[in-house]
Amino acid sequence: MGSITLEKVSKSFGTTKVIPQIDLDIADGEFVVFVGPSGCGKSTLLRIIAGLEDATDGTIRIDGADATREAPAKRGLSMVFQSYALYPHMSVYGNIAFPLKMAGEAKATIDDKVRGAAKVLNLTDYLDRKPRQLSGGQRQRVAIGRAIVRQPKAFLFDEPLSNLDAALRVNMRLEISELHHQLKTTMIYVTHDQVEAMTMADKIVVLNAGRIEQVGSPLELYRNPKNLFVAGFIGSPKMNLISGAAAAKENAATIGVRPEHIGLSKTEGPWQGKVTVVEHLGADTFVHADVDGVGPVTARAPGEFPVKHGEQVFLTPEAGKIYRFGDNGAAL
Amino acid sequence: MARAISTRRKLTFTAIGWLVGFVIFFPILWTVITSFKTEGEAIASPPHFLFFDWTLDSYAEVQSRSNYLKHVMNSVIISFGSTFIALLIAIPAAWAMAFSPTKRTKDILMWMLSTKMLPPVGVLVPIYLLYRDWGLLDTRLGLVIVLTMINLPIIVWMLYTYFKEIPGEILEASRMDGASLAKEIIYVLTPMAVPGIASTLLLNIILAWNEAFWTLNLTAANAAPLTAFIASYSSPEGLFWAKLSAASTLAIAPILILGWFSQRQLVRGLTFGAVK
Amino acid sequence: MATLQTRSAARLMMSPAVLLLFAWMIVPLAMTLYFSFLRYNLLMPGMEEWAGTLNYHYFLTDPAFGTALLNTLLLVGGVLLITLAGGTLLALLLDQPFFGQGIVRLLVIAPFFVMPTVSALVWKNMLMHPVYGIFAWIARSLGLQPVDWLNNLPLFSVTMIVAWQWLPFATLILLTALQSLDEEQKEAAEMDGAGPISRFVYIVLPHLARAMTVVVLIETIFLLSVFAEILVTTNGGPGNESTNITYLVYAQALLQFDVGGASAGGIVAVILANLVAIFLIRLIGKNLEA
Repeated sequence: MGSITLEKVSKSFGTTKVIPQIDLDIADGEFVVFVGPSGCGKSTLLRIIAGLEDATDGTIRIDGADATREAPAKRGLSMVFQSYALYPHMSVYGNIAFPLKMAGEAKATIDDKVRGAAKVLNLTDYLDRKPRQLSGGQRQRVAIGRAIVRQPKAFLFDEPLSNLDAALRVNMRLEISELHHQLKTTMIYVTHDQVEAMTMADKIVVLNAGRIEQVGSPLELYRNPKNLFVAGFIGSPKMNLISGAAAAKENAATIGVRPEHIGLSKTEGPWQGKVTVVEHLGADTFVHADVDGVGPVTARAPGEFPVKHGEQVFLTPEAGKIYRFGDNGAAL
Repeated sequence: MARAISTRRKLTFTAIGWLVGFVIFFPILWTVITSFKTEGEAIASPPHFLFFDWTLDSYAEVQSRSNYLKHVMNSVIISFGSTFIALLIAIPAAWAMAFSPTKRTKDILMWMLSTKMLPPVGVLVPIYLLYRDWGLLDTRLGLVIVLTMINLPIIVWMLYTYFKEIPGEILEASRMDGASLAKEIIYVLTPMAVPGIASTLLLNIILAWNEAFWTLNLTAANAAPLTAFIASYSSPEGLFWAKLSAASTLAIAPILILGWFSQRQLVRGLTFGAVK
Repeated sequence: MATLQTRSAARLMMSPAVLLLFAWMIVPLAMTLYFSFLRYNLLMPGMEEWAGTLNYHYFLTDPAFGTALLNTLLLVGGVLLITLAGGTLLALLLDQPFFGQGIVRLLVIAPFFVMPTVSALVWKNMLMHPVYGIFAWIARSLGLQPVDWLNNLPLFSVTMIVAWQWLPFATLILLTALQSLDEEQKEAAEMDGAGPISRFVYIVLPHLARAMTVVVLIETIFLLSVFAEILVTTNGGPGNESTNITYLVYAQALLQFDVGGASAGGIVAVILANLVAIFLIRLIGKNLEA
């Protein structure tokens, strides 16, 4: 109850093709994250699944049935918007009850379901408040409450955490993950933040310029990025991408090494460089260095690494953790 | 921002401000005062400003001589009627323009604006002749139709600018929640736009109440609203100032009060959103 | 940002407004255009005949047209001058903090809500009357000869009345614009060493320029059609001294029943208004994109 299939879905606005053509299977109960830089078409794709936007071509199946021309309300999906899109003139109760009211449910049923959802989301004390009297996190929970009472086939999240401050974002991320474990309903989650993607997803869909670059589990993408784009997008700090002589040595147009796969030493190593910036995070140290014949490289050392701006360091890329990419950017 | 302003400077501006305000408001103030005079007092020279026998005679006289209330009713029906009808036509149109814009939306808005710029004399003759043939001259219905049409562009525009400020995501959320188009407009859009709709209503009632081209040209004794009724005081010279003042005071008082409430919206409405 | 369904719903919901307005604009305008080429007088029914451009010829060569055109320009220009200058000063005044600011503001904008027939009659009788009017009393108190405003200075008097009505409009718009000026911008200018006058010239005035343009254009549209004020004060007289184009067309149509001639005049008025409207529409259109 909640599988979604996109077959040759494409979208154009006028003459500009936003999404050239996409095929994608989302299994029931999966937590799928669409991730990509802004303007990559991930939100458009979500809105097409929601029915808020027409696909120019192609078919959308929900539980096997063709839903391409179905109105949003008929698709049985719920959506949590980036701005939360709460109804400002209704109380929290009214907001959560709205979809049930629209579905014509009985008053008593509505009351049960709203109170049930409020309990799950810790909103019981706020049911009489208006959205403007709530904090960002509470609003977010109301939006989620409004989405879960309908018991949809799938939840759609459109960058739901981008309006929250950093600390709250981490909390809500956990809450949403927990909710997924509880409900076991399909979730499609759009974000530009690869950390959210890595931490929450069963399956990540990396989008770029309306194209799917790679689909896979977080660790698959981390371990085996199919191309330069995915390699650069997944992982933080970003993978070092090096071209030129250093890459030619490995028989590749570009090579990539993740910062965590570079050993740091003050005395020896194949790459010698000068430290430009050091970021001490406590648990880790990020060292940015200008390496002779290679260019700027970032390395990550666990714990503290005592080095200062301008000092010499030696870097050692871990054997077997060097990614090689060809001229067209594809992994070799 | 918070800087001390010298008391002297403030007092100077208080004096200038109140003097200027008084001068500009004087004609209205004088009208109100004169309405409480007898006709003899009204033309006394030198004029009596406050010390005279205040009387309500003129008000009674205005009603008994010319069935003043009938004209008040005409004004009310014509201004409220035309505004409400125009609003009913305009809300869906403004919804469409604000939330489902196409390439032509802007052109349509501009074209609507341009109809507002058509000088009324450009269509006076045919409207007059059509109304004569259709029996709409000197009827409330006839005026309601004209005023609906001439205010429709302003109403669409004002609503459009208000609707534009409502995030489209909220309407989409209601669509996801299973609301039909009608329910989306009734339960979500309209309650959210209440302030905007109210100010649109207010401004257009004011404009319709004071409209003085079509009301003067298309009505006679029967359907004449206050604008046209008061114009009839222009012929007998000099003798009816107290009554003229009483009739005028009643005609402008309600609209003055509405107007004071809607000053902000006035700017927005009359400049088609160009100045907010 | 929408689906086919919502788009077709949108078209449906827009159509009543569009169709009604279209009918309202096109049908009478086409009729006016048609009549303007006919010899058609309501006093001689059944005698209509094709007149070619004769009506235009008569209307445009009638000395009354020249006078009316000049009067229209003087009236519009005069009112614009008074309301812009006065409105700027009033806006600056009302922007200052002083006691009872809100009330004074209400007093200043009040004239805008007075219906044209009332303001015209009040001015005509109680202020401008050569014997009993307040102005006459002031003149006599100062030992001056009272002026018979509406007979001796008819166009000037009408201009005064109309300017009094429109002064609040200009004030309100300029005040709104003034208050939307970023306070930090003024403070930055002050930090840069600009005195009050250079702040006004270099910061405030440019900021007001757009609002002033809007005032000019919108007032022009309305002022080209001033009618009630003339009808109840001077009836366009004495002679044609206070007749504007709108009043001239009205007189031709409903006083002389010359449908053909009045229609030709109406078309001329439409063309004149369009010259202004084009600028206004461009300006607002630009704003719409922003």
